Order: sequence, then structure tokens, then C-alpha cells
Amino acid sequence: MSLTAKVGLAFAGLLGVLVVLFTFERPPVVSTQNGFRGTAMEQVVNPRLRAVSVAANRVPAAPDAADAEGDKASEVFENVQLLGDLSVAQFGRIMQAMTEWVAPAQGCNYCHNPENMASDEVYTKVVTRRMLSMVRTINTDWTAHVAQTGVTCYTCHRGQPVPAENWSTLVENRAGLAGPTGQNLASDVTAGTSLPRDPFTPYLLGDRNIRVASTGSMPRGNTTDVRETEWSYALMMHMSDSLGVNCTFCHNSRAFASWAQSPAPRLTAWHGIRMVRQINNDYIVPLTPVWAANPRGPADGPRMARLGPGGDALKVNCATCHQGANKPFYGAPMAADYPELARISAAPVTRRAEAQTR
Amino acid sequence: MLTKSEDWKPEYQNLFTRVQVRGPAYPGVPLPAGDVPREGGTRYVHLFGRFGDAQVGPIYLGQLGILSIVFGFIAFEIIGLNMLAQVNWNVWEFIRQLFWLALEPPKAEYGLRIPPLREGGWWLAAGFCLTVSMLLWWARTYRRARQLGMGTHVAWAFAAAIWLYLVLGFIRPILMGSWSEAVPFGIFPHLDWTAAFSIRYGNLFYNPFHALSIVFLYGSVLLFAMHGATILALGRYGGEREIELVLDRGTAAERGGLFWRWCMGFNASFESIHRWAWWFAVLCPLTGGIGILLTGTVVDNWYLWAVDRHFAPAYPQLWAPISDPALVQGAPR
Repeated sequence: MSLTAKVGLAFAGLLGVLVVLFTFERPPVVSTQNGFRGTAMEQVVNPRLRAVSVAANRVPAAPDAADAEGDKASEVFENVQLLGDLSVAQFGRIMQAMTEWVAPAQGCNYCHNPENMASDEVYTKVVTRRMLSMVRTINTDWTAHVAQTGVTCYTCHRGQPVPAENWSTLVENRAGLAGPTGQNLASDVTAGTSLPRDPFTPYLLGDRNIRVASTGSMPRGNTTDVRETEWSYALMMHMSDSLGVNCTFCHNSRAFASWAQSPAPRLTAWHGIRMVRQINNDYIVPLTPVWAANPRGPADGPRMARLGPGGDALKVNCATCHQGANKPFYGAPMAADYPELARISAAPVTRRAEAQTR
Repeated sequence: MLTKSEDWKPEYQNLFTRVQVRGPAYPGVPLPAGDVPREGGTRYVHLFGRFGDAQVGPIYLGQLGILSIVFGFIAFEIIGLNMLAQVNWNVWEFIRQLFWLALEPPKAEYGLRIPPLREGGWWLAAGFCLTVSMLLWWARTYRRARQLGMGTHVAWAFAAAIWLYLVLGFIRPILMGSWSEAVPFGIFPHLDWTAAFSIRYGNLFYNPFHALSIVFLYGSVLLFAMHGATILALGRYGGEREIELVLDRGTAAERGGLFWRWCMGFNASFESIHRWAWWFAVLCPLTGGIGILLTGTVVDNWYLWAVDRHFAPAYPQLWAPISDPALVQGAPR
């Protein structure tokens, strides 16, 4: 064999090895049928990677239950607007739990002025209050998505002041030859495809129509083109990736659009999309001025971005809670251990104390 | 002159021979008056000799060839520079992201008008140059075949591929009234486009012309394997001299024919097998192009079309059916 041939073969071999090592997922792969035989309705799971995900999605041990009887927090403490209905013991328990969930390294002072715990001067306290309202809304109004399992602060925060999985509107200032397309770059958001990288702004902040296929067999005014379909497709890739499931978890892939043939989780996901829209529009975006005033977080807190590159708030998508599991924490009913969260008031009880501390 | 590897032994010269025969360079038949001369001289590559003819060149470029290469190069450059611009002219990122990068067609709002260059105008320019390049190359395959006194089968087979390309990037977008219906230039992007196309139009697997195209695609592969295997297996009887055996059937042709007749009751002849292969290959893009052309213009949801035509099978459902939540009164949008 000539030298050229040897070098060529060696190079090709090396390239092959690199491709296999760095782009393939190491087996085993287990597929489980979830529909009629022969229809490709199945879930593909790598048990080795699933074990890692299960270990990463454990619920922390709950502290001992607090006595629900006794003086109410609103009677003992000042400026308790949402948790006033709790007993003092419960109030202390949930405050401690929230510290562990959100700011374990920073402690109480992440949100409170230690000189005056009632004061709202630290902006994170204002944010927290809004987030408590959000938890109440999710657990009471969105049982179609969270069922009786519910959510806690930890479902998103996981011991971090800013949940690890968040998104902000894609900023693509592209001058010159090639205009912005929002797609065609490698991205984790789209699970390695070249699909649009920000399907969240239109679908999880706006309410652009996700449905692309026609409801009749003949052309009847459905003007959705293939390019718009790619945006919808990108959102679906995000959902699949952040839930650790295949398309067939929610859809019958022979007719993606057909509800009659879809597995039940599609219904749960449909409500989830609306839930996330409400979270972003009613709870996250209105807090933007607060974050804009503190774009790198509180003075003593972790100095990290609280806004996206475009100056918009860091928002919620499916991965924020799910983090690779089809149910957050693989369905562990964490909220049940915290009856305090079920007693968050619908509206702030008083603003009197707040006015005093200002 | 024979070149010898060190462990050279005389062996029967089969199709896939290790023996390379090197005579004086053969430039080919004289060209007709008016044709430009062949370019590039002649050299030998041992490695090429293992797979085909060791002689490389001379090549006939001609006016059509040169123009085709020029237009092809312009298209290639437009696409490549657009991709490079997308990663802010960072060469390392260009290499890393090469499979993801693309030149996208214009957005729907432009319809069939010519958009600004950076909004899809470059796509139109690249598409135009690539199309011109391919058509010139087609003319070249046609004219070279004629000049060599051959039939024009290669040109018409190539035309079938050009048909599919034109349907995807030109004819169907015009029928749909928008360049945005066309395919992006890019490795993964055109694959994602294909998947999105099927999702938008209700599952292309229910498109009968798509099914036919797959039949001819896989059929071509099967025929190629059957034919190649048969000829290699007959090499010891001189089976590779196929065309001679068409006229003067020898033992190789008899054995090959018998083999298939015994195996499956029917055999193609040494002549007809090449028509089988040609038609299978050509029908793959021809039927595929028809399938694409009908999508969105005549049929908007192939699955529902198959339901209408009673050929989509109904399967037992293993779970309680759900209904569209958006149809519930007062549902959020």
C-alpha cells in the first residue's frame, strides 16, 4: 500500500472514531411500547442516563411539620401580606424552607434587611412575594397541568437564586450580508437541530398559533408555511428535550395534529403551555423594572445577570420546572409536605406596614 | 508495462483486479472541428486504479463546462459566504457549525417578489446560479454523449434529478405564490425543512407518490446489488463482458440467467437489466417530484386525504381518547 493510501486510511479511521465517540450516545437503549403494535408508539430511554436524571431530580427531605394552631403570623409580625394566615410556627418553617430552596448560601439576608425583617427595601423580597402569588395560582388554577402534585419554590429554584433553566428573547443584531433568521446555529434549546432558537417569545410569551397542519385534506386557506412550521417544531423539540420524552409521549406520530389519536399527556401539556404563558405574562414580565434596577442582583447576592441580553426578564419554559423529567422530580409530591403553601393569601392582606417601613 | 506489488502473483484478471495495466496515455477519440481541446494532460494514480481507471485526464472542459463551473462556483460562494457571515466571519465557528448553517429563502411576506439581498435575495441569487450551472452541466452531458456518438441516457437520467430540484426550489414555490415555500441551502437545515414539510402537510408517508419514490429508491438499491453481485459472481466466466454476451450468449449469461430463474422464477436479460436499473433510478425523482408538486397545491393534509380515500388503516387505541381542549367553551387560547 502506498504512503498516501495509508495516511488517507488512518485519517478516515481517526475521523470515524472521533465521530462515534463524540456524537453517539453510548448504549444501552430501552424502548417501551405505549401504543398499538407496529405503529412506532414507543418511548426510548437510556437507563444509564435516566439514572443520572433521577438522581439529579430528588426532593430534599422536608423539615418536621409545624403546628398549624397558635397565633397567626399576621398578628405577630409586621408587613406579612400573603402568609398572614399561617401560624407563627408554620411561618417560620416555610421561611426556613424557602431560604434552603432559593438562597441557601446567602441565607435570610438575601431577601431581608436583618435590622428590620419587615422592610421591603431589599428588592428580592418584593420578587419573592410575587412568586408566592404565582405558586398559589399554579397550585389552585392550573390543576389541569400540575394536578394534585403541585409545585413549590424548589420545583424551579433547586437551591439557586435564579432557576438554572430560563430564557430571554433572542437578540440577533446581524448587520451586513446575512439578515437575522433566528435559526441555523447549533443550540441546546432545539436539542441539536438547526431549528429556530427562540420559539419561546412567540409561543410562551405571545400566543401565536402552534397548530400548523390543516384540518381538512384539501387546501382551504391555511397559509402556514414550512418556515413557520419550523418554529412550532422547535417548541415541540424543546418540550420533548426538557421532559426527556419522545414525540410519541404526547402525539401519535402518524397524525401529529389528531387529538382523537393522541395519548393523554398531550392534554396536560396543552394546559402547561397556557400555564407558562400566564406565568410569564402575569408574574415574570411585570417584575422587569425591579430587575432592571438591580440587573446584577442584590449587593450581597450572587452577582449574576437578572435580565437577558435584550434587557428583558429571564422567563420560564418547560425545562424550568421539568429539568429532563416528564414530571418534575419524577412525580414526587413535594408540595404535600408543605401545607403552608396551600394557605398563601389570594391578595396582599395589608399595605399599611409596608407604608410605615418605607 | 505492468506495475507489481511486492507479493505479486499472476492471477485471473477479474473486474476488481489488483493488477494495473498501464499502456501509453490514451487521450480519447479525436474531437470534431470547433470543439476546444482537452485540458490538463495525463497522469496516473495507483489508488484510482484500484477502483477504476488509473489514468486521470485529459478532461474536456469546453464552453458549457467552464460556464457551468463558473455559475456553480458563484452559487457555492454565495452560500458559503452567507454561512460565514452568520458566524460573524469566525472561521473556527464556521467549521464547527458548518452542518447547522444555512442560506434561507425569503420570508412569506415577500411572496414571489425579489427581497433585499440579506432578507433572502442571496438565496434567490444562489438558486439562480446553481440552476444555471446545473442546466449547463446537463447540456454538457447531452452534448458530450452526442459527440462521442453515444445515446443520451445519462443526460435524461440527470434531467430526472433536475426535475425534482426544480420542483422543490422553483416550480412548487411559484404555484404556491411564495419563495418561502422553497428549501434552504444547508445540511441540517434542509433536513429539518423536510421534517417540517411532512408535519405541515399531514405526514408525507400517506402521499402515494412519495411511496412510489421510496419504492424506486430502495428498488434501485436492490437492483444495483443484484446486478453487481451477479456480474461479479460471473467474472470467472467472463461475465463482465456484458454487452458481448447480449449478442453472443455464453456460459456466463446462461448461468446468471439460470441462477435468478431458479431463485425467483424470472430473470432479466443481460440487456434488459440495464433498462430496469435506469428506469428505477429515473422514476425515483420523477415520482418524488410529482408528490412534492401535489403537496399544498392539491392536497393539504396527506393523512386526512388517506382517511378520505379509505386507505389509512384504523388501529385499536390502547388509551381513552381525548378531545381538543381548545374546543371547550371558555378555554384559554
